[in-house]
Amino acid sequence: MVTTTAGKLSFREEVENLLHAEDGASLVRCIQCATCSAVCPVVEFMDHTPRQLIGLINAGMKDEVMSSNTFWTCASCYACTEKCPEGIRPADVMYALTRYSLWNDSFDRDWVAPDFTRRFTRTILRTGKSYEPGYAPAFIFEGGFGGIVSEMQMGLKLLAKGRLPLVPARIKRIRKLRAMVARVLPLDGIE
Amino acid sequence: MTRYAYYPGCSLETMAASYHVSSIEVAHKLGVELEEMEDWNCCGATAYSHVDELLATVLCSRNLAIAERQGLDIVAPCNACFKNLRTTALALQQDADLAEHMNFALEADDLQYGGGVEVNHLMDVFVQEEMLETIRSKAGDRIRGLRVAPYYGCQIVRPRRPGVELTEVDNPQYFEELLAAAGAEPVPYPYKLRCCGAALMVTNRRAAAEMVRDLLQSAVDEGAEVIATACPLCQTNLECYQADVNRLCGTDFNMPILYFTQLLGLALGVGVRRLGVGKELVSAKALLAGRAEKAAAQ
Repeated sequence: MVTTTAGKLSFREEVENLLHAEDGASLVRCIQCATCSAVCPVVEFMDHTPRQLIGLINAGMKDEVMSSNTFWTCASCYACTEKCPEGIRPADVMYALTRYSLWNDSFDRDWVAPDFTRRFTRTILRTGKSYEPGYAPAFIFEGGFGGIVSEMQMGLKLLAKGRLPLVPARIKRIRKLRAMVARVLPLDGIE
Repeated sequence: MTRYAYYPGCSLETMAASYHVSSIEVAHKLGVELEEMEDWNCCGATAYSHVDELLATVLCSRNLAIAERQGLDIVAPCNACFKNLRTTALALQQDADLAEHMNFALEADDLQYGGGVEVNHLMDVFVQEEMLETIRSKAGDRIRGLRVAPYYGCQIVRPRRPGVELTEVDNPQYFEELLAAAGAEPVPYPYKLRCCGAALMVTNRRAAAEMVRDLLQSAVDEGAEVIATACPLCQTNLECYQADVNRLCGTDFNMPILYFTQLLGLALGVGVRRLGVGKELVSAKALLAGRAEKAAAQ
């Protein structure tokens, strides 16, 4: 194990510690071949390619990494994870970084994804099921006037087709589900 | 009769109601019993993994425990639910400490999980060789020769299941075989495993719109009349947002997107209403009316 100073974890180690339940290879194995970047369908919308991000993590450039939109832009399609010749699991690294950024509250307030994630999480903790209309405030104003009109038109059509629920569904034993979650994590930390 | 614990997932109760009804109809026609799981909860989608790994694991553990109590293996029609349930089942199998931790949590709902549940995607059930044979023998002419783009999506094949070769996730053929068994003509679809953008449609509209544009264009280029999907998120992005993709990308797509179970149901002679056909925002009516005439003329 390589540490920057005695007893203090390097940024790479901090990130890898968030991957405890995964069996991917250590990020030090990265050979910067860029296969992950080449197969990523959303790479052109990322501040840094997956290859660059892993390089930055290995170089300990925490601020650069945490201010990058890359891990919030990942769509979790796992193309990179299948193709990495070194057995690194870049998609899981992206998840590790979103967790790191939510826990440290270190994300850009203009980004939709962290807000959407929190709304989604709270919804499930309250009802046990997802409820799409509840997430609209996270993004509805992003698309400008044209976007709002388009979103509303779609919503009305979906309503007419019976595809949009007016009332959130709820599981029967939601209290017990909450009690279960509380045995894993303090609820007030996630609500 | 083969029985499964059926895990519909949240979308199938709302946005993807037609996937739900068509799955039930097709399963019934083919002698498969889908017994809906009692009081199942959301799989956590991607959001829960963004927040905490244990949190994501506990949600899926509850569903696995419910299926185990039912004494049945799980069938999930949604790619994302399938992936979450399957990877959780695997993690619990491999990590005894994690399983113990989860069982401590599950006690709060009087549940236990012993690790004995297998998680299948709904399509897995219909692509077994015997089942394909049955479909071939029962399929009528309703979708014969229909040019269909088989859109697998990503999480139905990735991350790879244990024991599966890379070549199988690079270019799987089972969706094509299923469509062919039902009488349709699957077109080569180079984008069949490419991501639909998933939740980026909400969090990064421009990125997702361009991803969907490429998927639709590829299907048009291959001469597909319809895209078949196996995931409610893929269907929603490709279909419900098609108008918005046209607006943002300056395109003019009008490509119907149906669930593979709807096409399978049509082939097996189930009525369109019972398959939820008609709930689309991009109508499939003209397409299917044309088929009926062709079939009648033959």
